[in-house]
Amino acid sequence: MALTVPGLSRHARRKLANYIIVGLATLATLIAVAALVMILASLVINGLGGINLHLFTMDQPPPGEPGGMRNALVGSLIMCGGGMLLAVVIGILSGTWLAEYGDGSRLAAVVRFLNDVLLSAPSILIGLFVYEMVVRPFHGFSALAGAVALAFLATPVVTRTTEDILRLQPNALREAGMALGAGKGHVIRSVIWRASGSGLMTGGLLGFARISGETAPLLFTSLGNPFLSFKLNQPMASLPTTIFQFALSAYDDWRQLAWAGALIIAIAVLSANIIGRALARGSKNT
Amino acid sequence: MIFNESQALTETVMHAPPPEERVLDVRGLDFFYGKNQALYGVDLPVARNQITALIGPSGCGKSTLLRTLNRIYDLYPGQRAAGEILFNGENLLGTGDGGGGDLARLRSRIGMVFQRPTPFPMSIYDNIAFGVRLQRNVGKAEMNEIVERSLTRAALWDEVKDKLDKSGLGLSGGQQQRLCVARGIAVEPEILLLDEPASALDPLSTAKLETALVELKSSLTIVIVTHNLQQAARISDHTGFMLLGRLVEFRPSSEAFLKPETQAMRDYVTGRYG
Repeated sequence: MALTVPGLSRHARRKLANYIIVGLATLATLIAVAALVMILASLVINGLGGINLHLFTMDQPPPGEPGGMRNALVGSLIMCGGGMLLAVVIGILSGTWLAEYGDGSRLAAVVRFLNDVLLSAPSILIGLFVYEMVVRPFHGFSALAGAVALAFLATPVVTRTTEDILRLQPNALREAGMALGAGKGHVIRSVIWRASGSGLMTGGLLGFARISGETAPLLFTSLGNPFLSFKLNQPMASLPTTIFQFALSAYDDWRQLAWAGALIIAIAVLSANIIGRALARGSKNT
Repeated sequence: MIFNESQALTETVMHAPPPEERVLDVRGLDFFYGKNQALYGVDLPVARNQITALIGPSGCGKSTLLRTLNRIYDLYPGQRAAGEILFNGENLLGTGDGGGGDLARLRSRIGMVFQRPTPFPMSIYDNIAFGVRLQRNVGKAEMNEIVERSLTRAALWDEVKDKLDKSGLGLSGGQQQRLCVARGIAVEPEILLLDEPASALDPLSTAKLETALVELKSSLTIVIVTHNLQQAARISDHTGFMLLGRLVEFRPSSEAFLKPETQAMRDYVTGRYG
């Protein structure tokens, strides 16, 4: 767009254009930040009242009775933990392959593209896919299916960060290892991975942040469970599905629990992101 | 005076050490980065237990030449060398990578130190032990001895002997570079290649590194690429001057810097070119 205002010198015109663009950018930022602040504020205002010891020690109550979200918290921890375990193993290995072995090959380009597609795949599709792959063949909703669905969501994040982090390591470090007579795999395991430790951790935490609030894939896989359960082959409660259920209910005390649960998830995601970013910054400085 | 490249390249001077003194003998080496040729028929004799310096303007191929000597370029598909590099009489360009670890064995006999220090993210002790453990099982006492000996020979022992368990990343740049030298010599290579090892170091660290290199001569052969002509003159026994992918002049260093024979090297050492 050519900005031509008669009577203005070239310099003044540039200055004016600059002010307009900076102004628009500032406005856009303010809108984004305001939305975030409003979300967090409403979470804190509505959720803080529901945070108490019962929330962590009691299972979900019938309407009108005291209770907490212990079953959902435990379920979320188990399924997120299991999902992360799968995602970290697969993600770090495939990210390593992309960065160190597949580089420049056609296959790597295809894998990277598919990974990026998976990275932004709607989570409900993942849920349906796991429903067909795990739930139906095994005739029932289960925590295991939930963990697998979450793993599908977290793996691309871990893969991507792993590849990016390993690429940050200078080639001279790889050459130095090989120049001592080490094989490539040995150099990757004992030098490159070690040098990227905090970055790999960041990938894991970002993956965790991605899945800890996911509801859709769990609705089709782990379903939910009003009771505390540790059985991987049985339905299991999770925070997001319980919040979903309670938030839609007509009971005030259930809705209060839903707010408190949402606040807990928000805090968990926020801390995972902050810790992940802090670790990433630290690793760049060494 | 305007430098005439095509004229310079027709003129080459070689004062090579006698064949029986050579541990490495490069003959007619061509090197390619994909389709781009970077070295043209280079002959480089490297005498045993001496320091051979490679000098020349940026992009003349001296680092490329160094990187062929331990086949490190092999890591990158598309880079290839043709010609002969005789290492104790055997052409190392013929060493296969047939999964038998032949290249790994070759590289453990020809060590390398890079322009930027490359300490591994582990303790000073483990940095030294890394290469040794690759080759054989070493008991604790023997390993302690190897670590101390290597660090001493690299003129670093006194500065780090109280913090061997600390990370190698915590050392200063000059100390890190000497750590890399110590790591390289811990595996007892016959040759140590150094690619501008002092370019990121201050003068004092450079002096310590040079002292260490001169002392190392008694037990191994050194090939060093450097931009620092005084450095080449100070520590090297032979100097090779490279230009545009060719070795133009190769002579004992004592003569080379006082009275270069080719116009190209004369212009380079007097600062008129490069």
